[in-house]
Amino acid sequence: MASVNTTTLSAVEDIPRKHWFVSFGQLCRQQPLGAAGGLIVLVMLLATVFANVLSPYDPEAASFEHMLVPPSADFWFGTDAFGRDILTRIIYGARTALFVGFTAAFVGATAGLVLGVASAYYGGLFDLIFQRVVDVVMAFPLIVLALAIVATLGASTVNVIIAITIPFIPQCARVVRSSALAIREIPYVDAARALGFGHARIILRHMVPNVMAPYLIMLTTFVGHAILLEASLSYLGLGVQEPTPAWGLMLQGGAEEFAESAPWVPIFPGLAITLAVFGFNLFGDALRDILDPRLRSR
Amino acid sequence: MLLMIPTLFGAALLVFFLLRAIPGDVCEVRLAGTGLYVDEAEIELCREKLGLTKPLFVQFYNFVSGYFTWDLGESMWTGKDVTYEIAIRFKLSVQLAIMATLVAVILAIPLGAISAIKQDTWVDYTVRTFSIAGIAMPSFWLGIIIILGLLIGSQKFFGDPWMPPIYYVSPFEDFWGNMSQLIWPAVATGYRYSAVVARMTRSALLEVLREDYIRTARAKGMVEKIIINRHALKNSMLPVLTIIGIEFAFLIGGLVVTEQVFNLNGLGRLFVESVGAQDFNLTQQLVMLVVVAAVLTNLVVDLVYAWLDPRIRYG
Repeated sequence: MASVNTTTLSAVEDIPRKHWFVSFGQLCRQQPLGAAGGLIVLVMLLATVFANVLSPYDPEAASFEHMLVPPSADFWFGTDAFGRDILTRIIYGARTALFVGFTAAFVGATAGLVLGVASAYYGGLFDLIFQRVVDVVMAFPLIVLALAIVATLGASTVNVIIAITIPFIPQCARVVRSSALAIREIPYVDAARALGFGHARIILRHMVPNVMAPYLIMLTTFVGHAILLEASLSYLGLGVQEPTPAWGLMLQGGAEEFAESAPWVPIFPGLAITLAVFGFNLFGDALRDILDPRLRSR
Repeated sequence: MLLMIPTLFGAALLVFFLLRAIPGDVCEVRLAGTGLYVDEAEIELCREKLGLTKPLFVQFYNFVSGYFTWDLGESMWTGKDVTYEIAIRFKLSVQLAIMATLVAVILAIPLGAISAIKQDTWVDYTVRTFSIAGIAMPSFWLGIIIILGLLIGSQKFFGDPWMPPIYYVSPFEDFWGNMSQLIWPAVATGYRYSAVVARMTRSALLEVLREDYIRTARAKGMVEKIIINRHALKNSMLPVLTIIGIEFAFLIGGLVVTEQVFNLNGLGRLFVESVGAQDFNLTQQLVMLVVVAAVLTNLVVDLVYAWLDPRIRYG
């Protein structure tokens, strides 16, 4: 008996454990675009953590002797109309973007997850009414709804997060609901109910873990969407307010003025937005291919 | 079809109360916004004139019943009819939406098809990178860069900086004048739009190319070109059509930021202005216009679906 045990144990250990480095290499080969996206996200995260180490300048303090300096050795991306270093503001702006992006995406997707699963689980009248509410919210273009909410609450960073979160909830709820509907039909949910588990327990412990794939995919795409939306709102003056560094805010002002005085001012913040959203989208795409090949739409 | 009614009613309810939840209103913005001392009574008088002192449900009733008598009310800011304010800007926004759609379709369908046919080659990776970049790039930034390029480029080559004209002329009066104004914003929004459509085309075509009847067509020795054009592409167009429809409906209101960049006097700009002035009536009518457009487009897409694919029948 004992010998049998040891052999099975050693057999288990004989299976070569993949080193994390090897699996990372595999990821790069199978999903080169996804790995590139992950790298961009990682660089952004590092930049936000080490922002004060990376840059010698203050992102908010105006310096009137350095107004609109073209890119040079001292100011790699030049300075803006207040003499603030653009590279520094981009690095600190990543903090704002990631904070808004992650918070809005996480809260929106998680609320959508719970509501979507609950809607599928309970069915009946609750499902019907909830789906009509989803219909209503989804009939609004994202930016129009976000603008209306910001107008209601007033422009500030927290309100921008709320304005971005609310349109995300029904989007995620709808996708999660359709997966959860299939899961509800699997006998183990009936089994759990027969065993006398409460609704909350069945929803949270039995159904939610099984719709993690669409949830994670929605979450990553939402981060990109949220960054883009925050930039648009800030650009319109209805988002993050000065002097907080935010990418959309840095693009404010007419293109005509920029062209005459300082074409470098609008170029770099826009590149930063594009690169960041690009990274999250690539990463999300790769995640989708790995987690659920059937969801390959859009 | 009848399900549209609760959706529209819900949207009306949502936007109505969302706007009224704002502290302040158009009277405060107009009178207090000047920075001068204003008598509280004067603000109250202005509110009374605009009907803002009436109970909320009366205001809501007036708002909804306006749709049955085709009386959408007046802009609280300018005092002109909402229908007038919308009408003078409608042409520009619709033309821009159509042009952006054309740009998108012309770019997207060939690109998406090539990318699917040459799946996992460098062509595919280039197209995918191009389209993901399109989704990632804020269209207002692309607009700024386009204007910047035009200004600097025209200065370098012709000596004078040139800007697209700001005033809208009908394409039937001055075709080139109209085009020189609207082609740039159409490209700026069309790029993002095309990215979405190209991705959809790619994934839909990939799915169809795995079908049995494509293998049969190949096995009987049919020319690849005919397989792609006649058998595969046609059958993959349904989801592509849906995405074009959805994006088109949202374009009319979603041009908000692009119109700001290009200084275009369209519906999106009107929306931002009306939100800023807390012009409740104009804002809610504009939102309803976009929602109605979205709901109607969905209906049209559904009908076209059934027409294109005889397997789909609505009971």
